[in-house]
Amino acid sequence: MNRKSAFQKIKNSRVVRVIFARKSVVFCLVVLLLLILAAIFAPIVAPYDPYKQDLKGMLQGMGPKHIFGTDAMGRDVLTRIIYGGRVSFTVGLVSVLIAGTIGMILGLIAGMAGGIVDAVIMRFMDAMMSVPMIIMALFLGSIFGKGLGNICLAIGISMIPSYARVTRGQVLTVREMDYVTAGTLCGASKLKNTISHIFPNCVSSNIVLMTMNLGNAILNEAALSFLGMGINPPTASWGSMVNDGYKYMGTNAVIAIAPGLFIMITVLCFNMVGDALRDAMDPKLRGTLGKKGKGKKGKKG
Amino acid sequence: MEEKVLVEVKDLKKYFKTTKGMLHAVDGVNFQIKKGTTLGVVGESGCGKSTLGRLLLHLHESTGGQIIYDGVDITGYDEKQMHEVRKKMQMIFQDPQASLDPRKSVKDLIGEPLKNYKVCKTKDEYEKKVKEIMETVGLAERYAESYSHELDGGRRQRIGIGRALAMNPEFIVCDEPVSALDVSIQAQVLNLLMDLQDDKGLTYIFITHDLSVVKHISHEIVVMYLGQCVEYAKTDALFKNPMHPYTRGLLDAVPIPSLTGKKLSTEVMKGELTSPIEPKPGCRFAQRCPHATDKCRGKDIPLREIEPGHFVACTLFEK
Repeated sequence: MNRKSAFQKIKNSRVVRVIFARKSVVFCLVVLLLLILAAIFAPIVAPYDPYKQDLKGMLQGMGPKHIFGTDAMGRDVLTRIIYGGRVSFTVGLVSVLIAGTIGMILGLIAGMAGGIVDAVIMRFMDAMMSVPMIIMALFLGSIFGKGLGNICLAIGISMIPSYARVTRGQVLTVREMDYVTAGTLCGASKLKNTISHIFPNCVSSNIVLMTMNLGNAILNEAALSFLGMGINPPTASWGSMVNDGYKYMGTNAVIAIAPGLFIMITVLCFNMVGDALRDAMDPKLRGTLGKKGKGKKGKKG
Repeated sequence: MEEKVLVEVKDLKKYFKTTKGMLHAVDGVNFQIKKGTTLGVVGESGCGKSTLGRLLLHLHESTGGQIIYDGVDITGYDEKQMHEVRKKMQMIFQDPQASLDPRKSVKDLIGEPLKNYKVCKTKDEYEKKVKEIMETVGLAERYAESYSHELDGGRRQRIGIGRALAMNPEFIVCDEPVSALDVSIQAQVLNLLMDLQDDKGLTYIFITHDLSVVKHISHEIVVMYLGQCVEYAKTDALFKNPMHPYTRGLLDAVPIPSLTGKKLSTEVMKGELTSPIEPKPGCRFAQRCPHATDKCRGKDIPLREIEPGHFVACTLFEK
């Protein structure tokens, strides 16, 4: 297969077509892309140095020189938002991937194995769930210590139970379906059946959960930073900026609101994309969502 | 027709544990299926027909009895051994929608057994084989990339049949393959199954509650009632001369379309299936049977050969 036809295949795939059929989703994707690109190329994009203090020009309001003003140290808020995106996106994506992967595997094992294995895994998950996610992350954070990687790990682990639970529930439904029995008859081993029939039919609800949790993870990182367990102070992150800025809500609200706005926009966009992704991955909805293409040969009789 | 027996079932039992006691889903069933013929299994809902079919393929573990396939006792086979046996024994499911993975295209569904059993060495060979199977079951090539929910019931069932045929099996369990389809499609699918039988010498066990279907396709018929076989005969003999009161009741319940006869049979069976949980010894039909006597209760009634090849489990025919 040459490269062009591979590209064509991706372009024509139903998932891509369905997602691009919705204008709002395309808009969200563009916004996310811009935010991520800005974070990656922060040194080029950002107008100032994020760490350079200017105590004379501190707590400025919105203005032509500093669009979102300056914070208590006189640092440009917009610059710090752009740099903060690095932390927020990394924490969001990495921790959700950690949680999703481990959670889904645990859920699959619990659902497929049943019996004692199931009981042990799920009771452990229940125990984790009974502790609020943020306390869990705090606890893990205090074990792992500070730093970006450790925060991802802490937040990721604290989110595992919801994935395990959702996946297990799905597995229990799907494994009783006739098509799994049919798979066995077609010579699929238990493992093969799990991978090719059960797992793919359990993924879509997890995808939605992942996009929802992306927002949560970003917020959790903010909370951890606020509590001193997160990113070390000079490094910017959206959460810590909100927490630094909220003291000046009365006098210079934009310092807190601007990074908050970015959190909101990011979370919202991820949720929209997640919804679309779920719909696109559900084969039963494909025909109705993708405007052009093969959807038309539907039922005849 | 060859006289070789392909599948033999001896005193097959399957009990399910329930909170109320043991549910006797299949309770001592015996039959033989000759190579290239079709055995129809009829009975009302809940009589254990489907369980019987699944037992043959080890989708349930049997509680007792023997399943002999091609002269070999496969009753105690484990998953690994069944993996080999399932090349020869396949199944067509009742609900084609539920038995096809919604995330797989028609091509992948039909090719799945080929992949799992590593039949084809090259990709071209695989594609060719899938095309061949699609042609055999009457699916146009343009459906190869479609998903099962995009097709109608008849085509879906053709996919199911295609999957069952992919490994060139000898024996297929048809678990009500047409009861989810409407009548015109039923005929198409039945004819397809019969054509395939003629071409490939397939052996079927055909499970259904539809007597007209079973008459059309079967060579021999087992009538089941609450997990037990009450009558076992050649199709012609059974329809001409039904002996067991339950079989008579079933046949009486079939409406006869006729211009002159306005009045249909009046003898309709009363009552419902009694509980299959911990059944009392004796004829299970006794409660609903108009001919029931004390002889029917107390001890199980064995299946006896009343006429050559015609077995009935009923005290009416005791000498």
